[in-house]
Amino acid sequence: MFLINCPYCGERDQSEFSCGGEAHIVRPKQPTELSDDQWAEYLFMRKNIKGIQFERWNHAHGCRKWFNMVRDTSNDKIHAVYKMGEKPPIE
Amino acid sequence: MKNKYSIFSLIKNAFSQHENWKQAWGDPEPKREYEAIIIGGGGHGLATAYYLAKKHNMRNIAVLEKGWIGGGNTGRNTTIIRSNYLWDASAGLYDHALKIWENLSQELNYNVMFSQRGVMNLAHNLQDVRDLKRRTHANRLNGIDAVWLSTNQVKEFCPIINTSPDIRYPVLGGTLQRRAGTARHDAVAWGYARGADEMGVDIIQNCEVKGIKRNGDQVEGVETSKGFIKTKKIGVVAAGHSSVIANMAGLRLPLESKPLQALVSEPVKPIIDTVVMSNAVHAYVSQSDKGELVIGAGTDAYVSYTQRGSHDVVEGTLKAILELYPIFSRMKMLRQWGGIVDICPDASPIISKTNIKGLYFNCGWGTGGFKATPGSGDLFAHTIANNEPHELNAAFNLNRFVSGDLVDEHGAAAVAH
Repeated sequence: MFLINCPYCGERDQSEFSCGGEAHIVRPKQPTELSDDQWAEYLFMRKNIKGIQFERWNHAHGCRKWFNMVRDTSNDKIHAVYKMGEKPPIE
Repeated sequence: MKNKYSIFSLIKNAFSQHENWKQAWGDPEPKREYEAIIIGGGGHGLATAYYLAKKHNMRNIAVLEKGWIGGGNTGRNTTIIRSNYLWDASAGLYDHALKIWENLSQELNYNVMFSQRGVMNLAHNLQDVRDLKRRTHANRLNGIDAVWLSTNQVKEFCPIINTSPDIRYPVLGGTLQRRAGTARHDAVAWGYARGADEMGVDIIQNCEVKGIKRNGDQVEGVETSKGFIKTKKIGVVAAGHSSVIANMAGLRLPLESKPLQALVSEPVKPIIDTVVMSNAVHAYVSQSDKGELVIGAGTDAYVSYTQRGSHDVVEGTLKAILELYPIFSRMKMLRQWGGIVDICPDASPIISKTNIKGLYFNCGWGTGGFKATPGSGDLFAHTIANNEPHELNAAFNLNRFVSGDLVDEHGAAAVAH
């Protein structure tokens, strides 16, 4: 349980948000040319990092906007929040 | 058996105030090389080592555990055992485990306190009724005992349930698997550890794996906090940390690790003599032999390795419990904890070899791995020893995410994931 600083609404309880999983997974440009292995990689394989992870969140019970977040999954500490389309502030 | 437990050994040791019991397993230093190494000393890992030694005659093996055995999800679950899964592959897998459970205490000469008190799944809406009836039929076609209960029969089987039609999620019926039940989770780890140790397996605790050494596409050994250990076969049974180990070998897995919570109440006199699960409102409850209510809550919706979990998840579960069992309204909860569960996209496990020679994974058990412990160990041992899956775990290979032949138990498995 933690507080999330929504880039549009400010700090709110995590229970107002829903997590959309790993961020920056780019949809294949030419889906018809993908092999089964590449599809599996895109659809199912995840980094599932213990440590700094980039992920998408949605302020479901608030402004309902999507944004990105950098969070340490080993202690739930949030390092940065940034809007969709913006570059991650941390490498 | 060098130190067989029996009524006679109990009496004999009573004369010496129970101070002379022998240690049930040793505390060896790792050797330089093993025939096989199991990463993860939980129930599944220890069972794997036990069956490798017992059925496949591999005695020169080690189980590496970063903490203490049974200290991860084995000691954190709600101990429910059942096999009423929808799909044929899952039914085969989980019922294989249930059949081993039925004789496990005798086989291990260790009381795992397996209690076939039945597991009842409640239906709260029309879709639940249809899904659960369908699952009952599917179970019976697979030779798994399952019956449909009407609302009155639910009330008769577990009288403290509120079956009033005007609650928010009324009980419209339920299913019952009578062979299902619970077991003592710690005893499962300890029993397998004792059995494996006796056959020569080295159980090495406080030994964290730091890296996996590869030579091309063949594994060569593991870097650990106690130095490098050479081996040609590595079985990874690391539950929530499977992705972390996979990463060391340069492999990606279709897993997400999330906290799953459980809690227990203060102990009370016997009040519920079965296990009741409710998918729609996400509330599981049973009573331990100590008298505590054992309550299973849900997973958080985000990846986390914190072993904590969010308060709102527990709150939601307790709200549902209170509506279904008004009698519990004044009970106090004593302890709450979280375990990190590794969830597959299709909510089915992976018991599989990988494209790296000598590297095997047993993971993705998600929210329901405890029930499968003996079967999982048996089938994983078969897979490691023969480098081929057993027919019962063939469907649970890693390649199913490429072929698309998923075992989709999401929503079908009688629980919400």
